[in-house]
Amino acid sequence: MTVIAMKPEYPVTPVAPAQAGSTRIDFGRLMVHAALLAYTALALFPIALILINSVKTRAAIFDDPLALPSMESLTFGGFVKVIDSTNFLHYFGNSLIVTLLALFCIVLFGAMASWALSEYRFMGNRLLTLFLALGIMIPIRLGTVSILELMVRLDLVNTLTALVLVYTAQGLPLAVMILSEFMRQVPAELKDAARCDGVGEVKIFFQVILPLIRPAIATVAVFTMIPAWNDLWFPLILAPSESTRTVTLGVQQFIGQYVTDWNSVLAALSLAVIPMLILYALFSRQLIRGLTAGAVK
Amino acid sequence: MASVSLQALRKSYDGKTDILAGIDLEIAHGEFVVLVGPSGCGKSTLLRMLCGLEEISGGDMLIGDQVVNHLPPAERGIAMVFQSYALYPHMTVYQNMAFGLKVAGKDKAQIRERVERAAATLKIGHLLERLPRELSGGQRQRVAIGRAIVREPRLFLFDEPLSNLDAALRVQTRLEIAKLHRQLDATIVYVTHDQVEAMTLGDKIVVMHEGHIQQAGTPLDLYQQPRNLFVAGFIGSPRMNFMAGSVVSAQAGGVLVQLASGELVRAAVDGSALAAGAAVTLGLRAEHISESDSGSEQFKGEVSVVEHLGEANYIYVSRKGGEDVVIRGDGERHVAIGQSIVFSADSTAFHVFDERGQALRRLRPGNMVSAARSMMRSA
Repeated sequence: MTVIAMKPEYPVTPVAPAQAGSTRIDFGRLMVHAALLAYTALALFPIALILINSVKTRAAIFDDPLALPSMESLTFGGFVKVIDSTNFLHYFGNSLIVTLLALFCIVLFGAMASWALSEYRFMGNRLLTLFLALGIMIPIRLGTVSILELMVRLDLVNTLTALVLVYTAQGLPLAVMILSEFMRQVPAELKDAARCDGVGEVKIFFQVILPLIRPAIATVAVFTMIPAWNDLWFPLILAPSESTRTVTLGVQQFIGQYVTDWNSVLAALSLAVIPMLILYALFSRQLIRGLTAGAVK
Repeated sequence: MASVSLQALRKSYDGKTDILAGIDLEIAHGEFVVLVGPSGCGKSTLLRMLCGLEEISGGDMLIGDQVVNHLPPAERGIAMVFQSYALYPHMTVYQNMAFGLKVAGKDKAQIRERVERAAATLKIGHLLERLPRELSGGQRQRVAIGRAIVREPRLFLFDEPLSNLDAALRVQTRLEIAKLHRQLDATIVYVTHDQVEAMTLGDKIVVMHEGHIQQAGTPLDLYQQPRNLFVAGFIGSPRMNFMAGSVVSAQAGGVLVQLASGELVRAAVDGSALAAGAAVTLGLRAEHISESDSGSEQFKGEVSVVEHLGEANYIYVSRKGGEDVVIRGDGERHVAIGQSIVFSADSTAFHVFDERGQALRRLRPGNMVSAARSMMRSA
């Protein structure tokens, strides 16, 4: 399901408006837009291909993969089959549970850790920060064997818990790095004001800091949910049983050694894009909000 | 409301250098105390210690009769207004003001009543449902003050609350804070680096420099009897003129000083502690100098710059062999740059500082018409 591993749009700062009075088209900006458009087309192409072919008959797919569906070749057979005849909805549910739980854990623990690392001075603060930074550089898959051994010992193989834990570990380092950067930007006077108001440290975190870094949390959410949702590796190794299969794993059943049911594969993939699109739309609304507008000055 | 007492209060971050070195200060109930000094003098640190945001390294701090050295901010019965207002950006004005009370577990009706009363006092009743980002700077400042009022604290702390406002608004808000002080009958500690703010607002001004209190007293005290060179230079605008010299003769009834530039000046200060030949610094305020020879002590110089303020001119005069002097002259009189000028002052107008920069007692400090005029002007 690498198709939706396209880069999410970064929370780009808007390009400064052209200087007042200048009506000349800026060549530099034109090039930037051209490059961005080209990249967008490149990134969207596989998705479009999947969507187009998911509603075509098998023959039409092989005939001309790039053609739009015509009246003769239009069919929703793939979708019907996926929804009717397999446990696809169940897989879907598994994926959602794993992704959302992991997301929740990453955001909560990541925010807490970054609050502690950025706000309090204590022994080993820098070491801990460095340790977490290492997590960004070393891919978690290198530790697959140890993780599997650990999960076997903990008796967590073939449970969704195993996946939630692994994805949480995978997402935390980046989350801590992004969030602590944002937390450092929260004006110190706001925290002082809250302390003067008699607000406890826990309440300051949940009621003052968290609402202020919502854009950062949205960024972290987008960055962490997509790899978790798309992952095939860990479901295959840690939770391959029928009851714990995720969508990525579930789709594999349509891909046979001799015959691949392309209609079903493409339909399943198309369906799998939807929840990510919805979540992304939800989070991206937060991305554009200002960080501390009106707080100080 | 309550009195505050600081006894040998110390602050040090590394245990070696003192940010504050033994601060002793008594603040009476209902007093408006202004801490003033250049940046880095420790005034904000002192305020944050009063608030409980900075730990106390030594000495005692009492609010009322209670030692509060280790009490967290919320239990000290204080409220602070920050320079940047520090409003919670995601909460409405109402929520901003009610937050502290809600956390303290007050019931809803009481919170509403207090917030509405404070809002009425500050005339921000119509803004309660707005977010801070929808408010102007002055309005945000009021909300920040409102948030302090609703807590009904024993002690109000203001940390440079006006420095983010534009000039016109600053004057207006200054007046309102003075009014508020009378209305609330509150004890207030107010930090600023602006001496005009300090002079106009304070019942008592505490001038700080390098972690020490240089002088504490009423605005007029500080103006008429600055205790040392630092206070003399810090209070008053334009800055007091200083001229180096040495004592020719000194008695309790006056001192005769020979300036480096040659003039002999008689100053009406108690010189009983001075010996002939001792190095001294003469101080003379611009507003006490006359641009004619009407005063008893006379000087000569050449006009180098003139600043026109409308009601007055600041005339910068360079003197041969001596320090430059600024004179506050009549705004409607024409003074040409480069022109030679004779100016004078009465011997009662002089301040004299000894070698260690300590002021000698002035014999008649308070009979200056221009002193009163200057006070009225800055108010």
